[in-house]
Amino acid sequence: MSEILAKYGFLIVPIVKVAILVLVVLTLDAYLTWLERKVIAHIQARWGPHRVGPHGLLQPLADGIKFILKEDPMPSGVDKTAYFLAPFLTLMLAMTSLAVIPFGPDITIFGYTTNFGIADVNISLLVLFAITALGVYGFALAGWGSNNKYSLLGGLRSSAQMISYELALTLSVVGVLLIAGDLSLKHIVEKQAGDLGLLSWNIIGMSKNHGSFTQIIGCICFFIAAIAETNRVPFDLPEAESELVAGYHTEYASMKFAMFFIGEYTSMIAVSSLFTILFFGGWLSPLPASWTMTHYLPSIILLPLGLWVIYDGVRYETILGRIILPGAGAVFALLGAGLFLSSTVNEVIQGPFWFFAKVGSVLFFYIWMRATLPRFRYDQLMDFGWKFLLPVSIANVVLTSAVIMWRMK
Amino acid sequence: MSGALVIFFVLAALAVLGAVSLILQRHPIHSALSLILVMVSLAGLYLLMGAEFIAAVQIIVYGGAVMVLFVFVIMLLNAGEEERTNFSKLATFAGIPLALALGGIIAAAIIRSSGHMPPPAASGAMSSTGDLSKLLFSEFVYPFELTSFLILVAILGAIVLAQREN
Amino acid sequence: MVPTNYYLILSAILFGLGVLAFVFKRNIITIFMAIELMLNAVNLAFVAFSQALGKADGEVFVLFVIVVAAAEAAVGLGIIILTARNRRSLNVERVDLLKL
Repeated sequence: MSEILAKYGFLIVPIVKVAILVLVVLTLDAYLTWLERKVIAHIQARWGPHRVGPHGLLQPLADGIKFILKEDPMPSGVDKTAYFLAPFLTLMLAMTSLAVIPFGPDITIFGYTTNFGIADVNISLLVLFAITALGVYGFALAGWGSNNKYSLLGGLRSSAQMISYELALTLSVVGVLLIAGDLSLKHIVEKQAGDLGLLSWNIIGMSKNHGSFTQIIGCICFFIAAIAETNRVPFDLPEAESELVAGYHTEYASMKFAMFFIGEYTSMIAVSSLFTILFFGGWLSPLPASWTMTHYLPSIILLPLGLWVIYDGVRYETILGRIILPGAGAVFALLGAGLFLSSTVNEVIQGPFWFFAKVGSVLFFYIWMRATLPRFRYDQLMDFGWKFLLPVSIANVVLTSAVIMWRMK
Repeated sequence: MSGALVIFFVLAALAVLGAVSLILQRHPIHSALSLILVMVSLAGLYLLMGAEFIAAVQIIVYGGAVMVLFVFVIMLLNAGEEERTNFSKLATFAGIPLALALGGIIAAAIIRSSGHMPPPAASGAMSSTGDLSKLLFSEFVYPFELTSFLILVAILGAIVLAQREN
Repeated sequence: MVPTNYYLILSAILFGLGVLAFVFKRNIITIFMAIELMLNAVNLAFVAFSQALGKADGEVFVLFVIVVAAAEAAVGLGIIILTARNRRSLNVERVDLLKL
């Protein structure tokens, strides 16, 4: 096996990684919609979807089947190039941005050492910003191509919002770049790997050689700008117009709308991953690396979780639930036990476990904000982006560089 | 045919295709999309040459800001398709051969001087972002400050132009 | 390795196509886009020479060209918007007199 990998590994390994990533991300997207509906519902004191499968777990499947089978009308008079290009561009750019994100440290399988993301470029942060910059076209072309005045206005507003907040997004990251000294996301995470665990992440920024400074202002600016970039509440006026009058994706139905939808959730996942890598230490554990007992945390979480799901499932109301839920619980419990017993797999799983735990918390925070906050009016939104967020990001850059220069003296 | 040559021909063909499409399309928005294709393929060529920072800056600034500005203006002004007017016969029968002759002369001049061209440097020694920034802040700091001033003037000019008459 | 000539010939072709677009098109915005195409062709030549000589000076110039092109696009498009509003047409053949 290792001979085949040594000779043809450069061809086989990326293809396998891409296949796994696409599968994982599309499933994650689908269940992110389920999670969003459940969480918002529980915050609003009602059940979410709970009929389609046990706890509504098959709802994304039902939605997918609906999107495939529904009629896909095309309005007359649309600009065919722009109309067909827009959803394709949105989805393609969102999924391409996942290629440069490192999900864990370098792993060695059968003697072949490889990066845990798909592509290991040494300007991966700039590649992500380039893809974000191109993402504006999806909305502008969707608004233009729809032959509809309201779509055009919604599309132009959405594009203007994205461009304005892109500036604050890029500037709030410069503090992290000053600390790390490198544009590669992998090196940014490795630079946060002090032995102090949580405290050496960029958000608190204690480190032994004083080369680091707390990036809490940059973190907050980045998060606000990221929410505006992905058109989520409280910045989703261009999208919410579709509830009131019309938005840029009014004239899109079934499959093309599904592409916009999946593109939005995938870009949410990409931006959350970027957020955890830059400010929260990526795949690093919050506990110091010298406490090796903490390597058993995944199994400590998975095993009781699996047993609880089995216990909850055998008393569920529907027959389908009584089969699916204990099955899922048994899978979790077996995974937990397996991780406890085999230490090589446990070492490999540490990085991605913490990474996905953090990304999951950020996504939960996104959903929580959607359920809780009202949305900005458009002029308030633009004022906030240009008159508050941009100067604060610039101030963060100046402050961080002053502190680092003073400390290194 | 090495891999680099194959990638070069693919990207070059995309760039030329985009440029020809810019000329042949009737609606300005399709010309804008063709120009974006040219810029992205040029960014790919910069990556092939090892200038990774310039490739990223090309996409972020040109593709993500300048062309978005063009697309916005086309949408705001509702630029329609170009009308068909009669080209003057002189322009078609004399202009196109002359343009091709000009292109041929330039290409011949380039090929004839290929013997004197310095060979491409080893790809490992190519400048990285660090090299570029060291040069930018040491030798070229005066043009750098001047261009930042130029951008400031351009922003002010755009704001003044966009004000309503009141 | 791709020889430097190939990049220069591609740059010349793109520049020539930009000139063709500048001469033949009648919409002022498309003419502006032809100018951007010509500037891109020049950038390609700069980066090709920078790679050939092994120094980073060409790339610094490319940065300056990109910045100047962006500034020019901003102000130029502002002027175009005002002119189009006054003359109600984007056709350059109609903007050939100082009188409105």
